[in-house]
Amino acid sequence: MIWQIELIILILVVLFGIGALAIRDLLGAAILFGAYSFMLCLLWAIMGAVDVAFTEASVGAGISTVLFVSAVLRTTRRTDN
Amino acid sequence: MRITGLILFVLMGCLLFYGVLDFPVWGDPLSPASSHLSPYYIEHTMADTSVPNIVTSVLADYRGYDTMFETIVIFTAGIICIFILKTFKATRSESRKYRHIPTGITLRIEKGGKTPEDSDHFERIDSVWIPYDLVIRTTCRMVIPFIQVFALYVIAHGHHSPGGGFQGGVILGASLVLFAIGFNLRLAISQVGEKITVFMCALGVFIYAGTGIMCMFLKSNFLDYSALAPFWGTDPVTARSHGILIVEIGVGMAVMAVMILLYYTLASAGKYDEGL
Repeated sequence: MIWQIELIILILVVLFGIGALAIRDLLGAAILFGAYSFMLCLLWAIMGAVDVAFTEASVGAGISTVLFVSAVLRTTRRTDN
Repeated sequence: MRITGLILFVLMGCLLFYGVLDFPVWGDPLSPASSHLSPYYIEHTMADTSVPNIVTSVLADYRGYDTMFETIVIFTAGIICIFILKTFKATRSESRKYRHIPTGITLRIEKGGKTPEDSDHFERIDSVWIPYDLVIRTTCRMVIPFIQVFALYVIAHGHHSPGGGFQGGVILGASLVLFAIGFNLRLAISQVGEKITVFMCALGVFIYAGTGIMCMFLKSNFLDYSALAPFWGTDPVTARSHGILIVEIGVGMAVMAVMILLYYTLASAGKYDEGL
């Protein structure tokens, strides 16, 4: 596998993870978490675990983002910390 | 408090990295996982179960007991979500909005006002979204059938390609969530109601556990699908492949129902009335 692409995806995973924790807007955190899941999915696919990548794409990046967004819209968008 | 948390966070991170150092190198052929268990699966899967995708055969056959309890975990999550979030006492929301179809006028009816519930000239609309959404509805109507066919393919083709009950069930549930977002939640609930979803959760788990118990009745081990060979009229090896399919259908059904249920309950804040 091309190690440059792997490195870029790995850096993006860490960046999106830190971003999802640090951002104050909870809706933005939900979106960043979806992006994090998608990057992780690419990483699984690179490592050859295609079944896990499929699950990560459908559950992590797909349905859990929808559930997070609906939970945010029914509660509050701002957080204190 | 923040400083203490940060120090603990860094310490835990260092501890985890120290633990990772003892792991075998990624893809190491001499690591315990690849020297004892994996060769058995790689060499025997085709002869034992006639399933080309080794992951599926390990998931649903060799480690079928684990997967059954994974399904039960998902089932429990759905049930608990209802218990926590659902409002069991029926309360009328503050005000409702209706659209007069021939003229396109939007009416807001306050609490206690007379609602035009049975009239053909009025349609109820969500109070958070008033405009017409023709483009969204038409796109959803065109896309949803393809998503559902793909989901069924993923469930049924899990033997040969990546996929299986969990992924297919999630995609099938996501198609209904898309329907509930693109149209509205009340229409989705009138098509796939709350009772039928809860029933399908339980039915999925029942299919899985029932297959296992049926094998026990045929004087075999729990979840040993080769005992079902007389039903299919095939040899025991092909019967194991068919047994995996039945179990995957059960998993897919339970996962789909739980995903729909979670969305219904979360998006309507437990009222099953107005969604996103």
